Amino acid sequence: MNVEVRNEARSRGAAKAISISDVNLYYGQQHVLKDINLEIKPGEFFAFLGPSGCGKTTLLRLIAGFNQARQGKVVIGGDDVLDMPPWKREIGMVFQSYALWPHMTVAHNVAFGLEERRLRKAEVERRVNAALDLVGLKHLAERRPAQLSGGQQQRVALARTIAIEPKVLLLDEPLSNLDAKMRVEVRRELRDLQQRLQLTTIFVTHDQEEANTVCDRIAVFNEGRIQQVGTPMGLYERPANLFVANFLGTANLLEGKIRGEGNARSFEVAGAGSIPIPAGVDVPESAKLVLRPQYATIGLDAADSVSLPGRIVHREFLGATVRYGVQVGGAMVLIDAPFHSGDSLLEPGGSTTVGFKPKSALWLAN
Amino acid sequence: MASVAAIPINRISAKPGQVAAVALIALFLAVFLVIPAGTVIYTAFTEKGTGALTIVNFLDFFRTKLFQQSFFNSVYVSAMSVVWGTLIALPLAVLTTRFEFRGSLLIQTLGFIPLIMPPFVGAVAMQLLFGRNGTVNLLLNDWFGFRIPFMEGLNGVIFVQSLHYFPFILINLSTSLRNIDRSMEEAAQNLGSSGFRLFRRIVFPLAMPGYLAGASLVFVKVFDDLATPLLLNVKDMLAPQAYLRVTSVGLTDPMGYVISVILIVVSIFAMWLSAVAMRGKDYSTVQRGGGGLSKRPLSRGEAVLAYGVVGLILLLVLSPHIGLLLLSLATVWSFSPLPDGFTVAHYTRVFGESSLYIKNTLIYASLAGLIDVIVGGAIAYLVLRTKVIGRHWLDWAATAALAIPGVVLGIGYLRTFYGISLPDGTPLATLWVMVVMALAIRRLPYALRACYAALQQVSQSLEEAAENLGATKQCTIRRIVLPLMTGGLLAGFVTSFSTAAVELSATLMLIQSNSDAPIAYGLYVFMQSPAGRGPGAALGVIAVIMVAACTLLSHYVVERRQKTLGMNK
Repeated sequence: MNVEVRNEARSRGAAKAISISDVNLYYGQQHVLKDINLEIKPGEFFAFLGPSGCGKTTLLRLIAGFNQARQGKVVIGGDDVLDMPPWKREIGMVFQSYALWPHMTVAHNVAFGLEERRLRKAEVERRVNAALDLVGLKHLAERRPAQLSGGQQQRVALARTIAIEPKVLLLDEPLSNLDAKMRVEVRRELRDLQQRLQLTTIFVTHDQEEANTVCDRIAVFNEGRIQQVGTPMGLYERPANLFVANFLGTANLLEGKIRGEGNARSFEVAGAGSIPIPAGVDVPESAKLVLRPQYATIGLDAADSVSLPGRIVHREFLGATVRYGVQVGGAMVLIDAPFHSGDSLLEPGGSTTVGFKPKSALWLAN
Repeated sequence: MASVAAIPINRISAKPGQVAAVALIALFLAVFLVIPAGTVIYTAFTEKGTGALTIVNFLDFFRTKLFQQSFFNSVYVSAMSVVWGTLIALPLAVLTTRFEFRGSLLIQTLGFIPLIMPPFVGAVAMQLLFGRNGTVNLLLNDWFGFRIPFMEGLNGVIFVQSLHYFPFILINLSTSLRNIDRSMEEAAQNLGSSGFRLFRRIVFPLAMPGYLAGASLVFVKVFDDLATPLLLNVKDMLAPQAYLRVTSVGLTDPMGYVISVILIVVSIFAMWLSAVAMRGKDYSTVQRGGGGLSKRPLSRGEAVLAYGVVGLILLLVLSPHIGLLLLSLATVWSFSPLPDGFTVAHYTRVFGESSLYIKNTLIYASLAGLIDVIVGGAIAYLVLRTKVIGRHWLDWAATAALAIPGVVLGIGYLRTFYGISLPDGTPLATLWVMVVMALAIRRLPYALRACYAALQQVSQSLEEAAENLGATKQCTIRRIVLPLMTGGLLAGFVTSFSTAAVELSATLMLIQSNSDAPIAYGLYVFMQSPAGRGPGAALGVIAVIMVAACTLLSHYVVERRQKTLGMNK
């Protein structure tokens, strides 16, 4: 099978790059996509991440040809595709609902795209078998979609798309119709398959964990705009703005005022205290302090940390960690304290201190 | 402890009122549906004179040249009506569901218009427009020197029937097309399919269940129809043969019964076939966030073509109505494209002499509608809200009326009730009440569906809330269920009323004296003679207006009621 797959990958030729420039899209008066610019490398597994209504699916459908942009360019493997109808684009898309045709068997569903390309019967059969083999569903070829489980339907949809050997693969929330356990399993399979086929892939999701675990790079969307593009770790460590910081992982936000000049700057949080701003850190106007829960300590004082007084409001025991909610000035700060066997827990209601190293904090504007 | 145990028993055991309701409805269905239909079937299998069981009658049927021909003709006409009905409905359905087409509302409205006029009413007008010496052929002959035999023999029946029944295909097909999720089409486009191939391979197969439902309905309706072939003077079809045998040869002739059985069997077979074809094919695929097929704007050329096709079809569809209106206002209309002159004399004559027909129709149709709503409502309540034994049998029996053509029911009534006489000597079968019963039975399946729908809209918790506050079952039905069902019941009543008002098949068998006759019968009598065509057409126009007004009124009332109750979904 692996030999077969490698041959498949070779027969596809080199993976294609996607280049999107200055794309704007309107629904009537509503500006849905705003100045989208994006470069996706050949063979990359790329995610569009964002809350619902942020424009990520709209952009995906635009690439597939189901939405018309008023301006801009989408170049795939050197060809501008925006003026092509969907059926000429050679772009494979797996729909959120899978869109398997209920009146056809699994094999007929997979064969459809090949038949539309007027391939010889034997060739169609060979490629249907290869595609079903690839997703491990050869034994279900004669079933109808309604007789398959959600996970199997998803794989049929994938096989149907891969069979036509598309230039790029688009996945529209492919895991959203699966239960939690299947999701973890299927996303690993997706990653595996993508690596083997070396197919440039765009994966749309609203779930940051999915995007982080599967994709090479992520574009974070909000309100029709790309907020930031980067690797999962890069986005987590160096979010460009508050939206990205909040959307990828949990972030504590503290409001305050900047005092002082040059190397003696500090960030003063009303009713809590003052945090020295490390030298060389860029702090925008009206910025907020961003702190990940695991970078803060509770009730400990270290030499290089600042320490703010607070009151424990609630406590959640999560197993590996204990999450405390501490009222600091006007803000609620979440702190993840690692839990070790034999540790005693702090009680809500008591006073404590919140400590963190100033260099683990970020200052971000809205 | 005792009260706890009492609850489940209470639930299962039926109330005396419910048992009485089941018994009454069962009696009604037995006397007016099961026994007459059973009698017809039984008679078909018995030897004339001796009463011994035999299949000789059926062998005779299939040996007789005329009956072979009639059987073939009936199948041919029904099948061709489906074909032509499809050719009319398909472009309209596709245009309204898949394109941004301004005329969509017009098509949907006009698509219903044929249904408010029975096909036989327009048949004579169609002769004058499309017949050998009708408007179209006269013009064709003058201009191009040829004629098209639209109305010759079976062609006429096919033409009239397909123009009348295509809305069944249109409505079902449009609904199916609308229920296809947009991603079904997009997935095909994504894989390289487009245009007609995409329609043929994906869209149409997904709409197939709806199409089949509509097509089988058209087939059965045309197969059973008596009045249209009779009025067009086509006698070698099954329903007219059954009618002619019973009325001319006599009630004892077995052939009428044999034909009846064949009509029933073919009806059931066609419905069964479509049910089998549709089994496991609920293709309704609209999913959350999806929405139906994407609508595409028409290009300029396409728009011209589309409006041209739609205009032509609508002109055809409306031609029976236009013809009827012209005929009702014509002094003389023969061998000329248009009437020689216009007059309102026919209307005055109809309102003078024939107001009896109108009165009878109103009485019969209202009574039939009332019976349907009461029986249908009761069956719906018993099935959905109680666990009385036998409730499903009532449902099945009432629905089975779908498979009994009007002619057959008429023959059944004649045979069953002819021997029974009233104290004053008139046979029961010829009493006008029988017409009402036949109409009620024929329309019951449709009214029953409306009642089901109405009751399903009333959440059971509303009833439970009333009972929880101390209301008895009867009180709950009267004060909660009935008021909330009113809209649906009214819709059921109007459907029954408006179709009963123009039904002819059973009426033709049962009416013995002109004074008992409803409009449909009067129309038929008038249309028999050239002199009667004018008044007949006037009567037809009145019938159409009456039915249309009732339909519109009920639509309005139901809409308004739904709105005030906030039940619009």
